[in-house]
Amino acid sequence: MEKVDNKDLEKKFQEKIDQDIKIEPNDWMPDNYRDTLIRQISQHAHSEVVGMLPEGNWITRAPNLRRKAVLLAKVQDEAGHGLYLYSAVETLGADREDTIDDLHSGKAKYSSIFNYPTLTWADMGAIGWLVDGAAIMNQVPLCRCSYGPYARAMVRVCKEESFHQRQGFEVMTKLAAGTPEQKEMAQDALNRFWWPALMMFGPNDADSKHTEQSMKWKIKRHTNDELRQQFVNVTVPQAEMIGLTVPDKDIKWNDSKNGYDFGAINWDEFWQVVGGNGPCNQERVEARRKAKENGSWVVEAAAAFANKRMKKTA
Amino acid sequence: MTTKEALYKYVLRLGDDSLILGQRLSELCGHGPILEEDIATTNISLDLIGQATLFLEYAGSLSNEFKTNDELAFLRLEKDYLNVLLVEQPNGHFGDTIMRQFLFDAFRLPLLTKLQDSKDNTLSSIAEKALKETKYHLRHSSEWVVRLGDGTEESHHKIQESLNTLYRYSHELFFVDEADVLLQQEAIIPELDDIKSQWSQTIKDVLEMATLSLPTNNWKFEGGRMGRHSEHMGYLLAEMQYMQRTYPNMEW
Ligand SMILES: [Fe+2]
Ligand SMILES: [Fe+2]
Ligand SMILES: [Fe+2]
Repeated sequence: MEKVDNKDLEKKFQEKIDQDIKIEPNDWMPDNYRDTLIRQISQHAHSEVVGMLPEGNWITRAPNLRRKAVLLAKVQDEAGHGLYLYSAVETLGADREDTIDDLHSGKAKYSSIFNYPTLTWADMGAIGWLVDGAAIMNQVPLCRCSYGPYARAMVRVCKEESFHQRQGFEVMTKLAAGTPEQKEMAQDALNRFWWPALMMFGPNDADSKHTEQSMKWKIKRHTNDELRQQFVNVTVPQAEMIGLTVPDKDIKWNDSKNGYDFGAINWDEFWQVVGGNGPCNQERVEARRKAKENGSWVVEAAAAFANKRMKKTA
Repeated sequence: MTTKEALYKYVLRLGDDSLILGQRLSELCGHGPILEEDIATTNISLDLIGQATLFLEYAGSLSNEFKTNDELAFLRLEKDYLNVLLVEQPNGHFGDTIMRQFLFDAFRLPLLTKLQDSKDNTLSSIAEKALKETKYHLRHSSEWVVRLGDGTEESHHKIQESLNTLYRYSHELFFVDEADVLLQQEAIIPELDDIKSQWSQTIKDVLEMATLSLPTNNWKFEGGRMGRHSEHMGYLLAEMQYMQRTYPNMEW
């Protein structure tokens, strides 16, 4: 009997999705749908928070007051994105701190781009331009994701990400138009971040194990390769515009596909970094773990204090 | 000393307090004890950098050889920074960061309130803007002092230690020299008596709620206002000035 019911529920669920009706926290949903979302949204939240670190690395060394303020505001926005996303995860019945512990234990992943070091000021430009730029490509379709709370969080997040992208591009533009040293710094940052940015879209479609189901559930609207192509098409002319060169000899406009052809991605590097062997994997997770560890007495104190106050007013 | 020279020095002191504390807090971005607090700390840092931008811009316009706020912020020698020693102290643990902030905010609030009435229009308008932010900062820092003081045994002990270490730096907030006296006479800046008593009252009230007590060690540190800093300052400046020193005369 129960099995029949579940099938019926699943059918109705898929009908709703097909009609573009949003799924809300209290609606019935298949366990797999819930698990997929918990995994995806918490990984997204972790990416926002871990993503604060490479840019946080340059706040204290920002070259002028305006840049320092803009960078502070940007990194603060990322923390805010983390918060909305953890809230979205909680609407699915997961516990925020549990998902964070999974990050710290290495069980949960985050965007592997943040495992690359930020070596010069120009990296602040490259990250805003390329990394926030790639994030927007990934996230704009998520504003129409079938799960209501995630879709709504993405609407807010995307507005700020596009602001970050423009600021990053502005930093790069300024450097590219600056002294030879500055231009070299900009080109070097582009060289280091270009390929990792392309990897942000995930494996090629043929190797992407979740794509098909996620498309059917409208968690995903475009494949990894479609989004990557879109990113290349938009970004290559931007680099040209400011006089920088994308580090790929195979970049060539292709009329027949109305887009750029580009070279092969080093997937071995990608899997190495995902697997924990990137240049900064250890430092990033360690920094987050330390923050939680060093803050535990503060959290305990706040809880104890709230408890005392509750008793007093009771 | 002319009024203009005195004002330059005074505005620089205000700007440096904001700048150096903002710089200290910005070190914590991404490392807060919880995400909500990370956001709050970054926000306060951002406010302080914003205040520094305004104060130093004004100071630059008052200096003899006209200087931009960035030149003042990034290209002075250590001895030319005039912030109080309190704000350059390292972040330590969360209790240290909060206590440093609290002692500072409790002073800034009554100071900025009075500075709104300054005869100098620029100073009063910067004070007005900064006051709005400082009200929030003081609420935030005093709430945490109370929470930690009256939280667990561990947190009580930790924040009491923070107070014991940092209290002796608070005296310098009330530093007065001939520049201040001159500006006070011309009603450009307030006398400190009221401000000091308000500060003491805030400290007393909050510590009482936090079940904390003032340290018995009454030693008073000063020097920053005259450009004599602690050993921490050189490292802070090395980091903050890194780009401007490494790549001189470039725009960013
Ligand atoms: Fe973000
Ligand atoms: Fe994002
Ligand atoms: Fe962003």
